[in-house]
Amino acid sequence: MLDKNGIAKRIAKEVKDGYYVNLGIGIPTLVANYVRDDIEVEFQSENGVLGMGPFPFEGEEDADIINAGKQTITTLPGASFFDSALSFAMIRGQHVDLTILGAMEVAENGDIANWKIPGKMVKGMGGAMDLVASAENIVVAMMHTNRAGESKLLKRCSLPLTGVGCVKKIVTNLAVIEVTENGFKLLERAPGVSVDEIIAATEGHLLVEGDIPEMQL
Amino acid sequence: MISKKVANVSEALEGIKDNMTLMLGGFGLSGIPENSISKLVELNVKGLTCISNNAGVDNFGLGLLLHKKQIDKMVSSYVGENAEFERQMLSGELEVELIPQGTLAERCRAAQAGFPAIYTPAGFGTEVAEGKETREFDGKMYVLEHAFKADFAFVKAWKGDAAGNLIFKGTARNFNPVMCGAAKITVAEVEELVPVGELDPNQIHIPGIFVQRIFEGKNYEKRIEQRTVRPKL
Repeated sequence: MLDKNGIAKRIAKEVKDGYYVNLGIGIPTLVANYVRDDIEVEFQSENGVLGMGPFPFEGEEDADIINAGKQTITTLPGASFFDSALSFAMIRGQHVDLTILGAMEVAENGDIANWKIPGKMVKGMGGAMDLVASAENIVVAMMHTNRAGESKLLKRCSLPLTGVGCVKKIVTNLAVIEVTENGFKLLERAPGVSVDEIIAATEGHLLVEGDIPEMQL
Repeated sequence: MISKKVANVSEALEGIKDNMTLMLGGFGLSGIPENSISKLVELNVKGLTCISNNAGVDNFGLGLLLHKKQIDKMVSSYVGENAEFERQMLSGELEVELIPQGTLAERCRAAQAGFPAIYTPAGFGTEVAEGKETREFDGKMYVLEHAFKADFAFVKAWKGDAAGNLIFKGTARNFNPVMCGAAKITVAEVEELVPVGELDPNQIHIPGIFVQRIFEGKNYEKRIEQRTVRPKL
């Protein structure tokens, strides 16, 4: 079974040379730490920066340079700043190659819910609805089950949706799963996790074809 | 040169009344019009509708207006990190319209650019699209979203001149440029008001035509929400 860093490490393998990538808050942010250093990738943050670098050294933080999580950041050579409309033009216009974000629930038809729990948590969708409505390539990073042990990979989402039929791939602490026309399809197992354990933790229909390889991290 | 310069924040906010709709720039606490917000608190105008990506934190930014119950309605994309906001929203004292961030930006830009509405794929099939017109283009569904109508836009820039030209810094740019000229009156506060002619016309982000009033702000706090650093090697 993987921890959050393990999930980020596996997702980093989805990041290819020449990609512009938008990372969501939480596990997705960790992905930047594991991208191979022999490829060229630029990270976009929807508040208006392309070419994000690591966190600043202590004492060098600048209130005017933050990411979408409101964290102080730095920029790399070749970086640019822009306004919110241009930022979402990059996203809606499909200029960003890969979007990695977290989720509360994903359904076997690719629906995603990650912005609201009625009566409990109402923080808003931020840029998530724009991201999922437009991106060709959306990978969800999340734990396979919630804190109550219930599956987050469902037949249908129970929470208010963020987007419909948009998720292509899910990487959890247990598995790598593709969303196909016929539902979830198991691609890889996390180290030490059996296919039966993954089936048991998945509420939606899970296609299992042939031998399922273990993830290579 | 047509001068947009006003003497101070009091003059910049002349004409502000109860029940107006305001646009306020900023992402989190970065690039918020601190001086204008302080003056709105002092003027104690009530019943405001505020269009702003976020609602500040408990004791800073728009949180200051929320604390004095000056806001009746917020139009935002993300409102976490604000306990008083959450209390007012759950008790029904505060009306909240949550919309996708890109839609918020584009509804401002539409107002700025003279478009009555735009079609966006964001929110289709979700509760955000309920009751809204939808339309298919090339096999994909889109939601019709209307341009905002606002009385005042309050923006913050790094540098500006009396002609109203603006230059922003870093990610403090965010929603500020798209709100310029998107309301009846745009008030720009800048960290540094430089003599006309000093700004390179090639480097100007927002031309003065979109700004009605400009002044040099004072005592910027520029509070950081999430100070994240790495140790020096």
